[in-house]
Amino acid sequence: MAAESTEEKTNKENTKVDIEQQLGETVGEQFTKEQKFSLRNVDVFYADNHAINDISMDIAPNEVVAFIGPSGCGKSTFLRVLNRMNDTIDICRVSGDIRLDGEDIYDKKMDPVLLRARVGMVFQKPNPFPKSIYDNVAYGPKLHGLASSRAELDDIVRTSLKRAGLLKEVENRLDEPGTGLSGGQQQRLCIARTIAVSPEVILMDEPASALDPIATAIIEELIDELRENYTIAIVTHSMQQAARISQRTAYFHLGKLVEMGPTEKIFTNPDHTLTENYITGRFG
Amino acid sequence: MNNNTEIIKQTLAKRYAKERRFRALGMVSVFLGLMFLLVLLVGILFKATPAFTQHYLSVDMNYDASSLGVGNNPTVSELEGANYRGLIRNTLYEQFPEVTKRQDKRELGALISGSAEYQIRDALLANPALLNTNTRVQVLLDDDVDTYLKNNTHSGRVSEQQIAWIQKLEDSGAVERSFNRNLFTNGDSREPESAGLLGATMGSLYALTICLLVSFPIGVMAAIYLEEFAPKNRWVDLIEININNLAAVPSIVFGLLGLAVFLNFFGMPRSAPLVGGLVLALLTLPTIIIASRSAIKSVPPSIREAALGLGASKMQTVFQHVVPLAMPGILTGAIIGSARALGEAAPLLMIGMVAFIVDVPQGFTDPSTVLPIQIFLWADSPERAFIAMTSAATIVLLVFLICMNGLAIWLRKRFEKQW
Ligand SMILES: Nc1ncnc2c1ncn2[C@@H]1O[C@H](COP(=O)(O)OP(=O)(O)OP(=O)(O)O)[C@@H](O)[C@H]1O
Ligand SMILES: [Mg+2]
Repeated sequence: MAAESTEEKTNKENTKVDIEQQLGETVGEQFTKEQKFSLRNVDVFYADNHAINDISMDIAPNEVVAFIGPSGCGKSTFLRVLNRMNDTIDICRVSGDIRLDGEDIYDKKMDPVLLRARVGMVFQKPNPFPKSIYDNVAYGPKLHGLASSRAELDDIVRTSLKRAGLLKEVENRLDEPGTGLSGGQQQRLCIARTIAVSPEVILMDEPASALDPIATAIIEELIDELRENYTIAIVTHSMQQAARISQRTAYFHLGKLVEMGPTEKIFTNPDHTLTENYITGRFG
Repeated sequence: MNNNTEIIKQTLAKRYAKERRFRALGMVSVFLGLMFLLVLLVGILFKATPAFTQHYLSVDMNYDASSLGVGNNPTVSELEGANYRGLIRNTLYEQFPEVTKRQDKRELGALISGSAEYQIRDALLANPALLNTNTRVQVLLDDDVDTYLKNNTHSGRVSEQQIAWIQKLEDSGAVERSFNRNLFTNGDSREPESAGLLGATMGSLYALTICLLVSFPIGVMAAIYLEEFAPKNRWVDLIEININNLAAVPSIVFGLLGLAVFLNFFGMPRSAPLVGGLVLALLTLPTIIIASRSAIKSVPPSIREAALGLGASKMQTVFQHVVPLAMPGILTGAIIGSARALGEAAPLLMIGMVAFIVDVPQGFTDPSTVLPIQIFLWADSPERAFIAMTSAATIVLLVFLICMNGLAIWLRKRFEKQW
């Protein structure tokens, strides 16, 4: 047994060396004709940790982009660049040119509050407010004055919950705390909360990680439906999910964008060996 | 695998033994703590009980105009200046006609508390129709007599003669022991039988109100700013260190500061709860800031992210989510801080709240004292009856503190939410 593990270790070390040699320029088509987001030479540091290394890409309007890659490769970090959530982390520094509809979002003139209203986010860990289910969903619309009457607000809350596939389960207990829901229900509550403010871009960080197949299907349907009016970037660990819902896929590795292109191509005929290894499950 | 199970089994026994030892130790320390508390409380309660009752003498009071030295239709000012002491003494002399010597008469008169003449005067002023009528009234006995009756021992402060007279009065059923209302309705007095805690309690309440009004908003705002808005740099670190140091400064130093700043520089009134409250506010401020900061820090960052991610501004995030969640901790800190302030005597000595004040304060600038200082003053008084009064005052202070802690727990429960 001992001998085997040493062998395994050397194997791993070998692949690691390979990876570093293989990691070079991004391959594939990371740029698009029309751009909702355009990012050029983005670097992110957590103190000395170079979490995102010189990434450039475009995100087109009304498309679903999937971000895939092994754990810790910087998917969440990259997603948080898009609505400046990284501002809240003291040790985090972001550089590069990041534009939303042609506007530099890291410019002094850009108001991060307005930006986050336009670019909504579903976080990796469900984080409902310790308030009632109703108040959780109603918070955003109230904040931005999206409802002029109580009835309108009720309507927004119910529609949002319904689209997130949660309404049936919580219809009779909207005044109970959102923190009392199960993990998967909390995840859908957070999705409902985000879509209640109808942002232009929705960033989703593993929104289906705790969901059963039925709830997952509902969320995937929702994403498909949202695509008509919104732009969506989604992080997922499920290859099948990425293949089902996204138009384009980006594969991240150790803070670098290895390959990006049409989802079909990435999953059937990737250009990069690392991508191929990952999607065929050889490591990651 | 089997090997591991064996190893785990062996260590398990040890782990359980450790756990049992730890639990036993914990129980012993809780028991010891409770014992000390019990001994303390029982001791104080035992000492204080005499102070909660007093001996009264029932006498047929003849509001005789001639004894009072007024006419049959006296004016108010005549009534105010009338000779009530003479009236009371005459009433007593009538009961003991055998007492004739001047010296003995004085001793007889000394059985009754000096406060009785004010009681009679107030009764007559309130109802002048009582003049020249006969009414049965209860008057307080003198504190030395009261102490003698409570302990039934000679202390040398009552003479054999006086004891005989008291015996006679008791036999006739005129002496009665009942609840000591004065303790809760009067201000301080040189005479233990009419001294009360109302003045000091009100003083404490006024001072505490000022203290909380000043320190709570400032403390909470400072904590919010330092925790949520302040840039992380060396200046903020320096401020933080200084606040922590401030919490450890001996309280008397705050008294000196108050003396120098509020009294000498701003010329505020001496002995006033206003100044006392301000000094106590300085004292509680660091406690509130430290407690509030740790309460704010313990709010999970995911809640902040959730609000910010929806497009709430920093301000909205802090006041709509973080502060409500931190509220139980903030309130606990504030109440623990003010409970400490309530028990402080040293800093208030420096600003003159140690003066002897009879009147119950009516506002924030009236001279007054506070409960811990009242305890100190009574503990320092020579009359024997003050020994029990001191313990009684301690109990009142303890009850005050228990109420505040109860309030803290109640508020905590009310604001507490799970997440
Ligand atoms: N708040 C933070 N402070 C310091 N370092 C961080 C922080 N968040 C992430 N990192 C670091 O940045 C790198 C990328 O993390 P990130 O969370 O983006 O990975 P991920 O791709 O989302 O992984 P996963 O799939 O497990 O969610 C990791 O090395 C991580 O240690
Ligand atoms: Mg992540």
